Amino acid sequence: MRTLVFAKRNAKEIMRDIFTLIFGILFPLVLLVLLSAINAGIPEQAGMKLFDIENLVPGISVFGLSFIALFTATIVSKDRCTSFILRLFTSPLKASQYIIGYTLPLIPLSIVQTIVCYAASFAFGLKWTPDVLLAIVVNIPVAVFFIATGLLCGTIFNDKAVGGVCGALLTNLSAWLSGTWFDLELVGGAFEKIADMLPFVHAVDAGRYALSGEYSKIMPELYWVIGYALVITVIAVIVFNNKMKQDK
Amino acid sequence: MLAIKTKNLTKKYGDKTVVNNLNLSVNEGEMYALLGVNGAGKSTTIKMLSCLIRPTSGDAEILSNSITTESTKVKQIISVSPQETSVAPNLTVKENLEFIAGVFGFSKAQAKEKTQQILADFDMQEIANSRAKTLSGGWQRRLSIAMALISEPKVIFLDEPTLGLDVLARRELWKQIEKLKGKITIILTTHYLEEAEALSDRIGIMAHGVLKAQGTATKLKELAKTDDFEEAFVRIAGGEV
Repeated sequence: MRTLVFAKRNAKEIMRDIFTLIFGILFPLVLLVLLSAINAGIPEQAGMKLFDIENLVPGISVFGLSFIALFTATIVSKDRCTSFILRLFTSPLKASQYIIGYTLPLIPLSIVQTIVCYAASFAFGLKWTPDVLLAIVVNIPVAVFFIATGLLCGTIFNDKAVGGVCGALLTNLSAWLSGTWFDLELVGGAFEKIADMLPFVHAVDAGRYALSGEYSKIMPELYWVIGYALVITVIAVIVFNNKMKQDK
Repeated sequence: MLAIKTKNLTKKYGDKTVVNNLNLSVNEGEMYALLGVNGAGKSTTIKMLSCLIRPTSGDAEILSNSITTESTKVKQIISVSPQETSVAPNLTVKENLEFIAGVFGFSKAQAKEKTQQILADFDMQEIANSRAKTLSGGWQRRLSIAMALISEPKVIFLDEPTLGLDVLARRELWKQIEKLKGKITIILTTHYLEEAEALSDRIGIMAHGVLKAQGTATKLKELAKTDDFEEAFVRIAGGEV
């Protein structure tokens, strides 16, 4: 009950922030429109498939989820940097209830964001198949990874620094190293190897395989994401608990 | 009955002793002001008593519950209004109050009922649906205290409740705090000497982590052999008495 009360408060704080709407929903849609427009101008003879909607939308949806990390980090760090958390620490809320309370509202928000992204893609030629639902489900572990990353960043950094770390660094990393904007094989070398060791490209590829119905290829990609999500979640919980004790 | 009794309460950070063998007692229903210059150890004392930090040694009892071994029980009967205004900025006044009531375990119906009551007590009905971030500093402080009271604490800690407020807002808040006198035990820390003198039943003066003297404002003035409370504070905190 207490956890739900806390989660409800967090949901309201996040949803009533205009930046949630701008970066969480509108920005990915704007990118979808722009890149689809660019794609429409590329002659078919060029053989450029990267911005075809079934390749593009999994990438945009993962990029959109990177902003979920920013929202998580912002609310956690703001609470920590003001006395609000002190007030809560004198309440009977337990450490696990804080973590669940912060995480809970962001799961449905991530799912809604992904659904909006895929729904908008129908206007740009995405065909409806049950695989679209599978691609949306595939994004859930991706969302957990970004939420855990946000929890970790919000616990470590102050509210100004999270804007730089999550707002700029993480979103750029997730964009450049995801294979959404350019083919990583074209760059090759160390860049491709680094990208391959991080979860972003695997998250996008899992979505692409889900959309294309290549089911056997989904899990090998998703294992990377789940692995990162688990490790970051555990680290985030440990750091959160330790940091909260220190902040006291 | 004693609401608070500290026994050699001590807090050290490394080699630095912030609170040193503090022994004070506060009666139930009393308004007790803790005075001291910056770094005197007031806020650290409040943080220990409200179970936010653990003492290095010593203990304290809040209505017979130990802050070191029974912190869960203590948290159920205390409340804190922190130094900084601590409200959820994007929530309305009403939602802030209902949120705190919910966190303290009241049902939805009880939370709503308590919110209506406290909105009336604090004359906040007109701003009930305003978001907290749109309120003036004075109203935010008032909300902050109301949030501390909605859980029906037996002991409330008001840490610098009027810091940074203009004279009118401060006086308005004084009226609200005065209404609480006798109903619950209030521990008030403040830099404003006139605030402590006007509101409190008894005053404790801390310096360098040590409780230098405690008593009524009159008694402290007698102790320092002066009619001026500010002068009494300077003499006691400065170690002349």
